[in-house]
Amino acid sequence: MSGSAQTGRDAEDAPRDLVLELDGVTKTYGHQPPVPALRGVSFAVERGELAAIVGPSGSGKSTLLHVVGTLERPSAGRVRIGGVDVAALDDRALSRLRAREIGFVFQQFFLAEHATVRENVADGLLYAGAPVAERFASADVALEQVGLSHRAGFRPGKLSGGERQRVAIARALVGRPAIVLADEPTGNLDSATGAAIMELLHELHAGGATILMITHDAALAEQLPRQLRVLDGRIVADTRRAAA
Amino acid sequence: MSGADERQRLRPADALRVASIGLRARPLRAALSALGIAIGTASIVAVLGLSASSQAGLLAEIDRLGTNLLTVESGKSISGAPAQLPHEAAARVGHLGAVQAVADAAKVDGVHVYRSPLVPAGNTGGLQVRAASLGLPRVLGIGVAQGAWLNAGTAQAPVTVLGADAAAQLGIDRVGPGVRAWLGDRWFAVAGILGRSPLEPAIDASALVGYPAAARELGYVDVDVDGVSARQSPGGMADDAAAAPGPASAIYVRTARGHEAEVQARLAQTANPAAPAEADVSQPSDVLTARAAAAGAFDSLFLGLGAVALLVGAVGVANIMLISVLERRSEIGLRRALGATRAQIRSQFLAESVLLALVGGGAGVLAGAAATAIYASGKGWAIVIPPQAWAGGLGSALLIGALAGLLPAIRASRLAPTVALRSV
Repeated sequence: MSGSAQTGRDAEDAPRDLVLELDGVTKTYGHQPPVPALRGVSFAVERGELAAIVGPSGSGKSTLLHVVGTLERPSAGRVRIGGVDVAALDDRALSRLRAREIGFVFQQFFLAEHATVRENVADGLLYAGAPVAERFASADVALEQVGLSHRAGFRPGKLSGGERQRVAIARALVGRPAIVLADEPTGNLDSATGAAIMELLHELHAGGATILMITHDAALAEQLPRQLRVLDGRIVADTRRAAA
Repeated sequence: MSGADERQRLRPADALRVASIGLRARPLRAALSALGIAIGTASIVAVLGLSASSQAGLLAEIDRLGTNLLTVESGKSISGAPAQLPHEAAARVGHLGAVQAVADAAKVDGVHVYRSPLVPAGNTGGLQVRAASLGLPRVLGIGVAQGAWLNAGTAQAPVTVLGADAAAQLGIDRVGPGVRAWLGDRWFAVAGILGRSPLEPAIDASALVGYPAAARELGYVDVDVDGVSARQSPGGMADDAAAAPGPASAIYVRTARGHEAEVQARLAQTANPAAPAEADVSQPSDVLTARAAAAGAFDSLFLGLGAVALLVGAVGVANIMLISVLERRSEIGLRRALGATRAQIRSQFLAESVLLALVGGGAGVLAGAAATAIYASGKGWAIVIPPQAWAGGLGSALLIGALAGLLPAIRASRLAPTVALRSV
């Protein structure tokens, strides 16, 4: 599913393989008066892309992440993940979709302190129905990818912030999801560690992973091949850097 | 993707691991919140266990003493005056079929036992003097604690054997040369001290002498007055050594097992053919059986207290689970993001609550069983923990865990994942 053979760069001549499509997505909170967080957002992400959603706080980018991650349903408009319209799915089917097609990376890592690094990563597959042996084998591969194989038996409390975020990234990657959603992945890290994490995201992208990163940091967003600027619940710019 | 029907339920081992996360992460809190359920379960198990064990103890005692003992006692005549059993009643009863052994005793009225002649006559201490046939301890199942029981020789002599309470009351705890008690108006040597007599407690408070000695030394003799046997009061014409001893006031009969009812039916008629209504027939083991049946009488009170402790424990578990759900919002959000369904979150917290209650219930069952074992073995009873005690204890813990965890689990499952993830 992760389409490791294909990258975004040679997708121009191939038929477009869309991992994520948003079409006129609106999200409104409350009733009296309604507060619009997203006002008609439309964009698409191809397999193998590395893109940033960038905007100041309150611009609606977190809501956008939740809608894309199927943690919230849009008030109007359509969200398709891997070609499936999520509006048609019930809680069970949505959960299965999250378990298999979407990987999350959070600013606060959210690691289980009483479990080892390896168990934390393997738990990324807990709800996907994989047997234990397969979960741990995949966890070892994912830890290799983020360069933390030597920390597999540690508890998260013994790790540095950068290492903790790498564990969280490995957990997001372990099921080889169609898309990884990273919410301010460097937000809790110092700049040097943050830069290392960015480098890791670039490496994973080069390896074929589709990554959508959310950030308020315009400078950070500019390092990525594509930036979607969000302001007041709308996409105000969709710029692509010339392929390196 | 949506059409795939692969398993979405967690494997049992995974479900158990996920359900025990809260317990493993905060063991002290888990232990304290399970304590209420443990105390409730322990008290219920201990109450049921102790009453069952004491019942078993009584039944074992009844079994040891036998239920095949019947007693014939002199009752009252129609006019209400004390009646007497005929002199030959014991011998007649002994000829009944299915009767294995017969012994008898006669309460000697007006004679008391004292530590010494210096004790005022009124201070009888409630002790009585009885003449007893030689087979009495064997028929009543009484052991000899010290010394020896009467024999054909000592039954003729001023020798007494004391019941357990009588010995304690008189301050006599050993036998030997020079140990004596004052009976009537002379010294009797104390030949032995009996063990407990559960089937006939009157023996415990008696000083026992042989029939010949009772006749010769205490004046308990037969006097024929208008064809009715009567005994002569002490201090009277006791100088006639040839006078026959007075009649028995109680006859103890061991029957063949299974023939108690048939013997009982014919006993009064046999013992006193002239006036069967004046002979009272009873089965002493009935009293012990009634005591065994009454052993559980206070159970409901203590079971009620145990149930209150369980209820308080349930409230404690519910409270801890609600707090736990609030504290673990980010874990819930993460699990939802990793693909857990609402039902899986609900099951996780419900299972955690049940697990917590089961840990408490298990500890309670063990504690209750240990308390029962210690108390019962101290009393020499068989240790009986009724299955309904431990199964009921664990079952109610399970039920309480499920009830206490229901609301917190539903709350956890309804938590919007985005709200859960934001709350850090």
